[in-house]
Amino acid sequence: MSEPMEPGRFNRELRKGLWKENPIFIAALGLCPAMAVTNSLTNALVMGAATAFVLIGSSLMVSALRRAIPRQVRISIYIIIIATFVTSVDYVLAALLPTAHKQLGAFIALIVVNCIILGRQEAFASKNAPALAVADAVGMSIGFTLALSMIGAVREILGNGSLLGAKLLGAWYEPWAIMILPPGGFLTLGALLMFFAWLRERAERRPGAEDERRAA
Amino acid sequence: MADGEASSVRLVASLGVAGLLSGVILVGVYLGTLPAIERNRAEAMTSAVYRVLPGTTRIETFEVRDGEPVRYEGPEGTLPKGEAVFAGYGEDGHLVGFAIPAEGSGFMDTIKLVYGYEPTDRKIVGMEVLDSRETPGLGDKIVSDPEFHANFDALATEPRIVPVKKGKKTAPNEVDCITGATISSEAVVRILNDSTGRWRPIVDRMLASGGASK
Repeated sequence: MSEPMEPGRFNRELRKGLWKENPIFIAALGLCPAMAVTNSLTNALVMGAATAFVLIGSSLMVSALRRAIPRQVRISIYIIIIATFVTSVDYVLAALLPTAHKQLGAFIALIVVNCIILGRQEAFASKNAPALAVADAVGMSIGFTLALSMIGAVREILGNGSLLGAKLLGAWYEPWAIMILPPGGFLTLGALLMFFAWLRERAERRPGAEDERRAA
Repeated sequence: MADGEASSVRLVASLGVAGLLSGVILVGVYLGTLPAIERNRAEAMTSAVYRVLPGTTRIETFEVRDGEPVRYEGPEGTLPKGEAVFAGYGEDGHLVGFAIPAEGSGFMDTIKLVYGYEPTDRKIVGMEVLDSRETPGLGDKIVSDPEFHANFDALATEPRIVPVKKGKKTAPNEVDCITGATISSEAVVRILNDSTGRWRPIVDRMLASGGASK
């Protein structure tokens, strides 16, 4: 596993999480936080940042220790590593951003069971060198945060008439309360998935797309 | 990844070391963030106390021990471990009233609030919800709805507070509920009734014995 890294590999691992293997829109992982804490853009961003810290930290640790961790107990050890990062984030958020921490409530602690994080450890970090594992984690984190932010922005604008807490739409706008309630999360995610599926399909039908794919 | 079958000793040792390291790190983080977390909690409570007791310039914290308030002697900017009440004093040192934290079940989860109690007229002079998980867009209006909060600017607590439909408030002890959030509004009233019922005699005793004077 110490063979020299092939050129472009780092960039590829970094970029795949943004779109090609986006954890929410393509892999449909981590949907619980994507529904639960995206009722405002602020919440989505804080959740994204907290998840990013946990994912990057855990991937680095798991990758660095991948030869020392016995195969039979690897999942337990991943969970211990992940839970340590999550609990630390929980305390630090409560100390530094008490308002956001109150809003996100139990969902910070629930990052432990976010399947994106354990998934990346098992599928990638445990088999690759630390540099690649971090690239993979950073890409996945950005992809996850972007997806959450899109859902959060749509829901906050429609459901509250505001963005990042600032009033965006005037008094004429009757907030669409269902959008900040749980059903709004499903509706928004469904609509976004449909939109992206349509984009993808259109890109595939484009002449020349077949050759590009083969080249890639 | 380690190859082959690792011995059970090695498995147990790996898990033990991982758990031990994790524990040490968490204790460190906990101790490191605890002062800031407690400060945030105390600040949130103190600023709410000033808001629910209009005209207050100085507050005094009381610790509740065996149901009786005792002056809290802890360091500045901290709250007692257990239950606490606050006495608010005005510019000239007169007693404005007491800020009393209370909680009870709402529609979804426990509602935690703090209200200002003016003991001479036995009325509530302010109320603020500290923590709630009511339905967003409906029940959570108990936190921010200005019309609902206006009910608590001068609310008689005797014989008891009565929730009425929005716009039907005629008596000083009635509260206009929020349309679409009747259960949450009524929960707030119930919490206030329970708490004032419990505290009215204690506050009366405190005043009679001069326990709350400067």
